[in-house]
Amino acid sequence: MELSYYPGCTAHSTAWEFNESTEGVFRALGWRLRELPDWNCCGGASAHTMDRVVGLGLPARNLAIAQRMGRDVLVPCAGCYNNVQKARAALEAGDPDARKIEDTLGFRWGKGVGVLSLLDWLERPGVIEALKAGVKRPLQGLKVVAYYGCQLVRPPRVTGRRSWENPTTLERACEAVGAQALDWSYKVDCCGADLGITHPDRAEALCSGLVARAREAGAQAVVVSCGLCQANLDMRQKGQGLPVLYVTELLGAALGVPGREKWWKKHLVDPSPLFR
Amino acid sequence: MHPFATEVQELSGQNLSRCYQCKKCTAGCPTVSWYEWPNHGVVRMIQRGMRDALLGSKTIWMCVGCDTCGTRCPNGIYLGPIMDALRSLARREGRRVPEPAVLAFHEAFLASARRFGRVHEATMLAAYKLKTRDFLTDLGVGLKLFAKGKIPVLPKGIQGKAEVEKIFRLGGRAAGRRGG
Repeated sequence: MELSYYPGCTAHSTAWEFNESTEGVFRALGWRLRELPDWNCCGGASAHTMDRVVGLGLPARNLAIAQRMGRDVLVPCAGCYNNVQKARAALEAGDPDARKIEDTLGFRWGKGVGVLSLLDWLERPGVIEALKAGVKRPLQGLKVVAYYGCQLVRPPRVTGRRSWENPTTLERACEAVGAQALDWSYKVDCCGADLGITHPDRAEALCSGLVARAREAGAQAVVVSCGLCQANLDMRQKGQGLPVLYVTELLGAALGVPGREKWWKKHLVDPSPLFR
Repeated sequence: MHPFATEVQELSGQNLSRCYQCKKCTAGCPTVSWYEWPNHGVVRMIQRGMRDALLGSKTIWMCVGCDTCGTRCPNGIYLGPIMDALRSLARREGRRVPEPAVLAFHEAFLASARRFGRVHEATMLAAYKLKTRDFLTDLGVGLKLFAKGKIPVLPKGIQGKAEVEKIFRLGGRAAGRRGG
């Protein structure tokens, strides 16, 4: 089982542990991830904000590379995933801007390849069963809430999600490795995205509220699948001390992926007590 | 329809005429408390052709594109692409941006992507701090991340930088000048 892999810019910096744990979990389950050669930035939140053509063009170049490689491409970062999916939708719809981009880069989006978030991958037949079978250190007693934020689920016409107000895929994955996923009402609320940099006080108002709701629900950790959500919730929770884990870190801990002690050191709120 | 509404519709691909002011977009918006007008009011203002008010507003720079409004809109109107269109128009017309930090961040981010092909956070954040002349906000958090080895010091460029440059040139002036 092989997938192309688009790590995104944060994989080598602020989301280092997301990249490490993603690679570790896939390896543990016997999946091979092949990094897209010479991938470029997806444009983040900035490209589409400033210019539609650049917003579609940057992810389109990565799609051209993915198509050449001929394998479905895994995009774990929610922000990158959303940009890539929007570019794919524009290419498939024959959007005039997308046509100009194809001409400029000298490619045609033909049969294409699939674009997978971690949610899409977890929903593939056999993955949840493989997680269950691979558990070495069951997380019995660990209570978590899953937080999806925006870009993994919205807009559904782009993400293909059938459930966008109450998705449950991350919960199923957490429960497959023995943790208890609690119900709460804030799983698709926004963390403030780049307000975390431009207006930290405003991001803090949103994030500390979300973390307080997670604590109220009885969670010992929030589980996410986005580098920006993780950074915002971890940094901007006003000292509530609630660890914010990438779903791949939680799965990796249960699967006994080696090197996981190093992941915990990258967090501002230390999650290591949860796994002792 | 007002010519401004036609222009925004064409740029955003959203059909504004379908709006019947149910306010569902406003009810779910995470950033509406920092807008000058609620989301449904923005739609009405576009229909009325209130160009100057909108293109000079903070509102268009405070939307983070979470797509909650459009996903919940009974008529399928997404404010995200509409805000993108309004920002592009504001930049194209050289309007003053009343949210300088937001503009500085997007410019620093895109300049980094353009220069290296990937965003290099340390130099991007340094450029952002220089543009805003605000060195103290979040200095503590920045240093903590640096100490955790989360922000690599040296940028690494990709091979396909020329292709990335072509994409930026194909885009309009709004995306910034080379290295700018």
